[in-house]
Amino acid sequence: MHTDYIHIILADDDEDDILFFTDAFDELKINTKVNTFKDGEELMNYLNTDKAVMPEVLFLDLNMPKKTGLECLSEIKANDKMSGIAIAIYSTSASEEDIEKTFVLGANIYIKKPADFKNLKKVLSEVVSINWQYHTNSLNKDNFLLRV
Amino acid sequence: MTPEESIALNDSLNDYGIEIVESQKGILVQKIKDVIIDMVFNEETNVNVKSSVYLSEKLGHSYGYLSNLFSEITYSSIENFIIIQKIEYSKQLLLNTDLNLTEIAFRLNYSSVAHLSTQFKNTTGITPSAFQRIIFKRRKIAQQKTN
Repeated sequence: MHTDYIHIILADDDEDDILFFTDAFDELKINTKVNTFKDGEELMNYLNTDKAVMPEVLFLDLNMPKKTGLECLSEIKANDKMSGIAIAIYSTSASEEDIEKTFVLGANIYIKKPADFKNLKKVLSEVVSINWQYHTNSLNKDNFLLRV
Repeated sequence: MTPEESIALNDSLNDYGIEIVESQKGILVQKIKDVIIDMVFNEETNVNVKSSVYLSEKLGHSYGYLSNLFSEITYSSIENFIIIQKIEYSKQLLLNTDLNLTEIAFRLNYSSVAHLSTQFKNTTGITPSAFQRIIFKRRKIAQQKTN
């Protein structure tokens, strides 16, 4: 159990955000392994290869070039091989309509991008620990909805 | 077995709710979880005492010991685990029965519906009614696809 780690993928076109995220993960107690992609197309190309390792959690930025987060979400949920990945959408938007729409499309987590590093760390820690609970306790992932 | 094979085996067993435990500590943590799950989900298990007392009596260790061990192994607290399980159970009841939130709160031994409602919102970030609405919408879409 101690040697286990959570495999995480992050798709975001903003390099600063990627840096913030990976730094925040490095400081968490839970072991994580993070892969990053800089747009939706690059992400989907990777997930569609045979050797792709399906992550436990995929963090998706909604606004990405080439393929948006929403397009990725729909493709992932329609694909049996990928549908088990917990999807965490993160966005600067906090409109109720956007949030509900992504949940209905199959997202598990909706994160409003925190303004500072301290909060980001807190939010990611919460997301990863709750996801860890679902992962290690075989809770019903269909009922996994979290908004932070 | 190589470490990779061991992880793969564990992953496939996880789908059935089974987890390979490697150490004595891990075994005790699993027992704590089992007692809590039984306490929350099995209504025949009548728990009249505080859950800390119940766990301690049932497993023959002090609550302080159990609590420290649990946090060390799972990165989460016993209290938090109980709350997550209760919220999971209330989700199941919201989706699969005709019980309303007041009745669910009563069933799960909450002091009031407001208490359950607040704990649900604090744990998931959304209200029980939004949760229900979202899952029902998802089911409707899934149904339309199969038709």
